[in-house]
Amino acid sequence: MRFLQQVTVITTKDLRAEMRTKEAINASFAFAIVILLILSFAFDPTEETTREISGGLLWIVFTFAGTLVLNRSFARELPNDCLDGLLAAPVPGSALFLGKALANYVLILAVELVALPVFGIFYNVRWTRQFWPLMLVVGLGTWGLTAIGTVFSALTVNIRLREVMLPMLVYPLMIPMLLGAMRLTALLVAGQPIAGDDTVWLRLLFGFDIIFTALALVLMETVLRG
Amino acid sequence: MSAVAVDCAGVWKFYGDFPALRDISFQVPEGRCLALIGRNGAGKTTLLRILAGFSRAGRGQTKILGSSPREADARSRIGFLGHGIAIYDELSALENLRLFGKLYGLPYPDHAARHWLERTGLERVRDGLVREFSRGMRQRLAVARALLHDPSVLLLDEPFTALDDRAIAVLQSVLRDALAQGRTVVMSTHQLREALELATDVGLINRGRLAFHGERTPEMITDPGWVYARYGEA
Repeated sequence: MRFLQQVTVITTKDLRAEMRTKEAINASFAFAIVILLILSFAFDPTEETTREISGGLLWIVFTFAGTLVLNRSFARELPNDCLDGLLAAPVPGSALFLGKALANYVLILAVELVALPVFGIFYNVRWTRQFWPLMLVVGLGTWGLTAIGTVFSALTVNIRLREVMLPMLVYPLMIPMLLGAMRLTALLVAGQPIAGDDTVWLRLLFGFDIIFTALALVLMETVLRG
Repeated sequence: MSAVAVDCAGVWKFYGDFPALRDISFQVPEGRCLALIGRNGAGKTTLLRILAGFSRAGRGQTKILGSSPREADARSRIGFLGHGIAIYDELSALENLRLFGKLYGLPYPDHAARHWLERTGLERVRDGLVREFSRGMRQRLAVARALLHDPSVLLLDEPFTALDDRAIAVLQSVLRDALAQGRTVVMSTHQLREALELATDVGLINRGRLAFHGERTPEMITDPGWVYARYGEA
């Protein structure tokens, strides 16, 4: 019960602070829209081509825009040495991780839910034909990105080039998740259901999320307090 | 004889090959106030961060009320005020204290937050965002944050730095009350006069070594430079 209260307190604090400054969310929104716009010039948005590239295109946007949110997650604790305040409290590293990861998840999902309709307009695609399965894939993929990104945000918080280091460390680890999410997103945007061999990719997303969340919960104490 | 609140035994700390702390040993009984003094870079902050559990000693061990300061139980009994105030600029004074009250598991975080805002003279600005506060107000809020959970041991790193007279008076009053209630205080400071008025013991750190540790004497109050002159480096 105490654990859940601590998680909720940290999530609420991060979301409240972000809503007041809008540092990460504004940058992330702007970045997502600009990338979608630029890529719409690069590719001829005939429907067939767009369907084929939609998975990769959307996840490039989600990943890059999400990294902007993740970079701020622990960097937000640097002014006034606020991280010391959190670490001084009797809060386990796992509660800190979960609290911050949930806040990051909400913010990244918000960006994605704005980016999806914009994608539909720029690329003239009806992306809602498999709406709920698509939301499931987006939700699972985003949690994978968030779980890994939150841990590495803590690891890189004191590094001077953390904005560069975070994606360099996170993206290679995300390759299995991205493969599954891209494949399934392309399928669902094209209006086809997840069936047959493609369910393997869905299972991969579930497995990826469970493994990396468990690892993060176990390792975060060591990452934060050494 | 009071129980030992802070126990530091043979502590060394290395940054690379450089020994920032060299074989520091001392004990602070419950209810006492130790003022750690020393030049810039002597190792006071490093020592306080080890005592607070933020940093590991290279050798030796520290205990707060018999437990390692890295254990959650010990952390809940430590109030730490470092160089940074550990207060969120984007939140109001009340929101900040409520946040830490909840993290420390206080049964009535809102009540505790309002009590400490009043105690530190910040009740009037409780809903103001911290980013709009003056340096003195921020420091008073940081003191409230450190004391909010009723800690048994207070570790304060230069608490009087850059405070105006009012803030110094508030801090001294709060610390006097804490000592009267039997709490233990270890503070590093350059403001000798203010600190020595409160301290029961003095420790001088010189280039990572504890050059002097003993009771505060009347000479130290009349001449705060006395310890430096006698035990410090020329």
